[in-house]
Amino acid sequence: MIKNISNLGDAALYCDFGNEVNKSINSQVIKYFKTIKEQKPVGINNLTPSYNKLIVSYDLRQTNFKEVKKFIENINIEDTQKTYSKQLEIPVCCEESFSLDIKRLEEILNLKREKILENFFNKEYFCYMTGFIAGMPFLGDLAENMRAPRLETPRVKVPKGSVALTEQFANIYTFESPGGWNILGNTPLDVFDNSKEHKPNLIDPGDIVTFKEITLDQYKNFYE
Amino acid sequence: MSNNYLEIIRPGINTTFQDKGRDHLYHIGIPFSGAMDNRNYLIANKLVNNNLDTAVIEFAYQGPHIKYTGEKINFAITGDVFFLIKKKDNEIKGNCYQSYQIENGDEINVVSTNKSVFGYMAIGGELDIKFQWNSCSINTKANIGSNDGKKLDVGQIINFKKINLNKDIKKINYINTKIENIRVLRGTNFDYFSEQGKQTFYKKEFIVSKLSDRMGMRLEGPKIENIVNTNIKSEGLIKGVIQVPADGNPIIMLSDHGTVGGYPKIGTVASVDYDRLVQMSPGSKIKFKEINLSDAEILFKLYEMETQNLLSQI
Repeated sequence: MIKNISNLGDAALYCDFGNEVNKSINSQVIKYFKTIKEQKPVGINNLTPSYNKLIVSYDLRQTNFKEVKKFIENINIEDTQKTYSKQLEIPVCCEESFSLDIKRLEEILNLKREKILENFFNKEYFCYMTGFIAGMPFLGDLAENMRAPRLETPRVKVPKGSVALTEQFANIYTFESPGGWNILGNTPLDVFDNSKEHKPNLIDPGDIVTFKEITLDQYKNFYE
Repeated sequence: MSNNYLEIIRPGINTTFQDKGRDHLYHIGIPFSGAMDNRNYLIANKLVNNNLDTAVIEFAYQGPHIKYTGEKINFAITGDVFFLIKKKDNEIKGNCYQSYQIENGDEINVVSTNKSVFGYMAIGGELDIKFQWNSCSINTKANIGSNDGKKLDVGQIINFKKINLNKDIKKINYINTKIENIRVLRGTNFDYFSEQGKQTFYKKEFIVSKLSDRMGMRLEGPKIENIVNTNIKSEGLIKGVIQVPADGNPIIMLSDHGTVGGYPKIGTVASVDYDRLVQMSPGSKIKFKEINLSDAEILFKLYEMETQNLLSQI
């Protein structure tokens, strides 16, 4: 449940669900996000769900803090139909030229490559949020022994499709961008495709994701 | 190629198509974008009798040099901009906030913005450019919008879907006021900062850094001391949010900002001051002044009334 609602500037509401990062709190955030999105209230122009916060932005020409707060407070999320989520399998190739930080991970985690891959692929992940760059999913939770900090110096260019780890999360770089996560492999899948106007992003908050290891040949022939 | 088109002789430094921006996409990581200085964008369109949400050419510092081919057409430039109009062998200095008629072969050379950042060129009619999610606005970081999400380039041809021509010249007296005090609302992590850090934020002067673009404005000056944690769990951002990373130098989120961020927020710029904030060029001095939510809402209403009043005079 929302613990506190305050203002973020004069054109957004800051809904605080607490400070912990776990599935049960995040599921609440996502429930609110989906419910508000379906209702399309006038004046609300953006919703940004994250681990334990929901930012509701509005057009100050059409509404204000007081009105939006009242609207949010009166939402009964139990009334809305069960919010959908989907299951997805993402192919990942961990061949040497893709696995840019495997040596660093072996050292930090004190695990051999095979063990790291085994741990990574034999797990189900939950999409907490998407964003930072367009369509990038934040997928949790990695097992305790798989958690590594960010690189001390972020890369200027992380290749598109890179699958990377930091702390309890895995993510996918949807296009080339700067970034400091530990890169484990690469997916040939277009996780964000801005030519698809209606649905550019493959993974939505609340979705369940598994990764499947593929060979370099399978990677190269993926679109054939 | 249609009969009416623009040819880019020199693109300028950061020249893009912008309109009102795109909404309802923060949750997948796509920011608002749109014209940085909304008031000047609207006035430019009104001066050439366009719909107010028509795409315009936005430029920063050095603008484009453009050659026009086609039937008679109007254009207008807003902001604080030095530009030249070349007709046959005659070159004149142009005035901002006034529409001009140009014809086949004429050239517009936007030399520079004066002690400000952004300027706008509206052309009477509609450019033949792509919409993506109901907006032509270009976001060069994510390559979203018209022109494949890239800045305008030398030699490029821009066609028109339609043109409209007014025989009368439209004009308005408007001066872009400069402000040093930027009004802010208290941030959601205000208590992360030491008493001295809070004092520094409200009492000291900051300088706009060269490392500023459509994504964010970095400030230099006194460091703001954090006593709790220099990182927070990533959460949503909006334009105007002021984040303070570990180095103590504030960064203000601007229209192309990343949609989530993990640095503590000390404040958010009041909507009323956003248009003037983005026009502060590197080296400008900034001081922050705290206001409360109801004052911020009233001030924005007044600002909006003033904008509507200006538009109705054209």
